[in-house]
Amino acid sequence: MKPTFKLKINGKAFAVQAHPLERLLDVLREQCGLSGTKEGCGEGECGACSVLLNGELVNSCLVPIAQAAGAAVLTVEGLASKSLSALQKSFLEHGGAQCGICTPGMLIAASALLKTSRRPNEKKVREALAGNLCRCTGYQNIVESVVGAHKESR
Amino acid sequence: MRGTASDYSLVTPKSLCEALTLIQQGAHPLAGGTDLMVLFEAGSLQWKSLVNIAGLKELKGIRFQQDRVELGALTTYTQILEDKKVVSHFPMLAESARLTGAWAIQNRGTLGGNIANASPAADSPPSLLAYDAEITLTSATGDRTIPYVDFHQGYKKTAIREGEIIRSITLPFPRRHSHTYFRKVGTRNAQAISKVVVAGLAHIIGGRLDQFRWAVGSLAPFPKRCRHVEKILWGNRVAKDLIQTACDNLKNDIAPIDDIRSTSTYRMIVARNCLKDFLEQLL
Repeated sequence: MKPTFKLKINGKAFAVQAHPLERLLDVLREQCGLSGTKEGCGEGECGACSVLLNGELVNSCLVPIAQAAGAAVLTVEGLASKSLSALQKSFLEHGGAQCGICTPGMLIAASALLKTSRRPNEKKVREALAGNLCRCTGYQNIVESVVGAHKESR
Repeated sequence: MRGTASDYSLVTPKSLCEALTLIQQGAHPLAGGTDLMVLFEAGSLQWKSLVNIAGLKELKGIRFQQDRVELGALTTYTQILEDKKVVSHFPMLAESARLTGAWAIQNRGTLGGNIANASPAADSPPSLLAYDAEITLTSATGDRTIPYVDFHQGYKKTAIREGEIIRSITLPFPRRHSHTYFRKVGTRNAQAISKVVVAGLAHIIGGRLDQFRWAVGSLAPFPKRCRHVEKILWGNRVAKDLIQTACDNLKNDIAPIDDIRSTSTYRMIVARNCLKDFLEQLL
């Protein structure tokens, strides 16, 4: 019998039954119905599976569910409430999404940055997003979206 | 082939003591998961019985003493970078941390894990070697501390004995006015595995080098100090001809190979240029 793990995802309490080594990524997508988090490389190189674990940016493909027990997880679904967040509006404004596979990870990594730095410059944004790859190579618009996010929040 | 979770066991112990009992019985520690979870996903994680040590407070924390700092094995790269005192006393260690992976990896990856994984291309070992660190290993029968320079013994071969895990890494403060040099050469500025990584520490008194350590990664089967080069320099005055001799002798210390990341020739040239660069800064 698989053990039960309790965690809070986007503010909502979940109790999932899973093998302790199962990846947080798979639990989110397959058990919690939160398929906004994507799998890219599955080896911590691409950032498509980025989520915040207790407020820290992580690759959910590298986190066994046992290490997320009792934790608070934020996925891309948790960024928007009734209306889009300033960051999401800025992505729309600047054309920050192309095929969309990297977008949830980009949004999560950017929100990790915006928590500590309200108006980051381009250099800081590029450093914060260094672990997130975009196969469409739309980096310029993505960076501009994050740099411009504070304007949308007014 | 992907790994299947049900082929493995992962136990979360309540204390270090409980963890060490499991490790003595043959279980393998899992810390930040940034190496082992990659192997798991690829279906090549060889250890079937795992212990989740990530939550063990006995292996956490940064403790300063009068002339040294002790870093718990579970210290993450982010914790290294956020500790102002560590960054100011040990800039090369901070650079290693800043250049390992990107934020998401730095939040999870641990110093102890980086060392235990023993990749020849790991970024923190050269810095630890240059600072002449010590490493404390712990097991159900007690602790032992050894010089870190004796830790890496061959390709993926370390001094860790059966039943042992890394408890902490201790770095003595470098002497005042020490010169340091750290350089990582990869394909891009972040999230790259090193083609060459070097760390150097020098101290000069009366115009002569009375301390010189040069440590490298990705240039040999394991992270190592360059003893031939060090011997040539130690006790001498840095001058153009001495730099030439030291650089010519580097080939006696390293054995770079061709692999997917780079070539032996390129690595040899870069390694030589880095050593020359550091020594010329000391002129």
